[in-house]
Amino acid sequence: MNTSPRMAIFKSVLIALILTLVPLPSWLAIIRPDFVVLTVLYWSIRAPRSGGIGLGWACGLILDAFQGSVLGEHALAVALVAYLGVREHQRIRTKPLLQQSLAVLVVLALYEFVLWAVDGWSGHPLNTALRWVPALTGALLWPVVAPILARSYRPRG
Amino acid sequence: MAGFGTRSGSPHGRGGIPGFRFTLYALASIALMVLDQRTDWLRHVRFLSQGLTYPIEVVVNSPITAWHSIENSFASRRALEAENRRLRAQVRNLTIRTVRFDALARENAALIGLKKALPPVTKRWLPANIVDIELSRLRQRILIDRGTANGVFRNQAVLDDYGIVGQTMQVGPWSAAVLLITDPDSDLPVQIERTGLRTIAVGTGDPDKIALPYLPANANVRVGDVLVTSGLGGVFPAGYPVARVSRIQRGAAQPMSQVLATPFAHLQTDREVMLLWFRHDSPAAPLRETGGQLRVGTPGAQPLPAPPRPTSKAAPAPGKPGVKAPQAAQPTAGSAQPRQP
Repeated sequence: MNTSPRMAIFKSVLIALILTLVPLPSWLAIIRPDFVVLTVLYWSIRAPRSGGIGLGWACGLILDAFQGSVLGEHALAVALVAYLGVREHQRIRTKPLLQQSLAVLVVLALYEFVLWAVDGWSGHPLNTALRWVPALTGALLWPVVAPILARSYRPRG
Repeated sequence: MAGFGTRSGSPHGRGGIPGFRFTLYALASIALMVLDQRTDWLRHVRFLSQGLTYPIEVVVNSPITAWHSIENSFASRRALEAENRRLRAQVRNLTIRTVRFDALARENAALIGLKKALPPVTKRWLPANIVDIELSRLRQRILIDRGTANGVFRNQAVLDDYGIVGQTMQVGPWSAAVLLITDPDSDLPVQIERTGLRTIAVGTGDPDKIALPYLPANANVRVGDVLVTSGLGGVFPAGYPVARVSRIQRGAAQPMSQVLATPFAHLQTDREVMLLWFRHDSPAAPLRETGGQLRVGTPGAQPLPAPPRPTSKAAPAPGKPGVKAPQAAQPTAGSAQPRQP
């Protein structure tokens, strides 16, 4: 029996990363949710011991490396998402999926806010309303993403 | 039921309270950001990460590459013949134009009083494929498959067959990120071809618009004017086509006119771009800021007013009859691009 979901976490983050990198037509790219953030949030809630803040920070650094943003920008934002997930995991996981979506919306909005603030601070401001869209689509997609991720790891086989 | 198993781990991660761990990671992130933003220490880390991410980007992009190559290998004979005919016609046209170009270059040299034609500004060029990958949502950046292994350097000019595409920003061993001229971070020193008026073209984030926000309301600009690079800023040489003015809005109460232009480069449909290397002894070469010393070019043959710093002496090259470079009317235009190669 595999007691640690590390392998499942690794695989799901890799798939999320690929989904983030695949080129899409521009309108789809704008509404594309932040799959990596959703995955990190899921594992922070589901397995706060294995996933968690360190995982979020590492995933954020990977996003920084790919997007060419200021190193540490996404690391900070995703670590915040993971922290909120770990802190509230007991409260969130007992709720039905639709109520979870609301919590996810708040967390993702905070994530986008951190990115917006760091963008402005580092001299690359981008003040368009479009940058908040992925928080919305991410929350809408949560009821689909969470069950898929739940299937990826079953501790009792 | 709600997508989670019933087995839960301990409420806290390994070692300590989540709040404490988050504070540590947040401090680490902030330290990284400050280092990356204020110092040059993470240059090698960036180079490394650009190299590490490239294989994954190639893998993600491979289905598209495979599709294009299948498309090419199954192209019908008739399509290939048609393309061949078209290309041959194009080569003929270009050859005729080049003949004329040589004549013009000689004529121009005669007009500005030189003994022979000036050397061409382009020293070397290298085609690069665009790796079709989402670099950053809402920002206008592309990835190309050439890096320091091919001699690519930071802030190098990137063009396509129609005009300026952008400049390289992060260069890795085998890949480089290109900042397109439509990116909100891009400031491109341009000149209106018809009048010679210099200004700065700023990206809007929209792939087919750039803005000229620093033109006063009474500036002599019309719809249809062609913008070319002005040679200031140290990245692009003078005279390369950039965009055509598409819309001008002048408000009675506004001191600035709002001018939009459409880039010539096919930024959205390009699959291949060109990296250029320039001869720095050509007068059209991009002017580098070398601490106020005007080092490049023959001072007597400066077609463009170079903006020396107020402290500089604009020293003519030794041994040549010196004509001082004319003083610039707009000293601010040269400092528009702070990034230096």
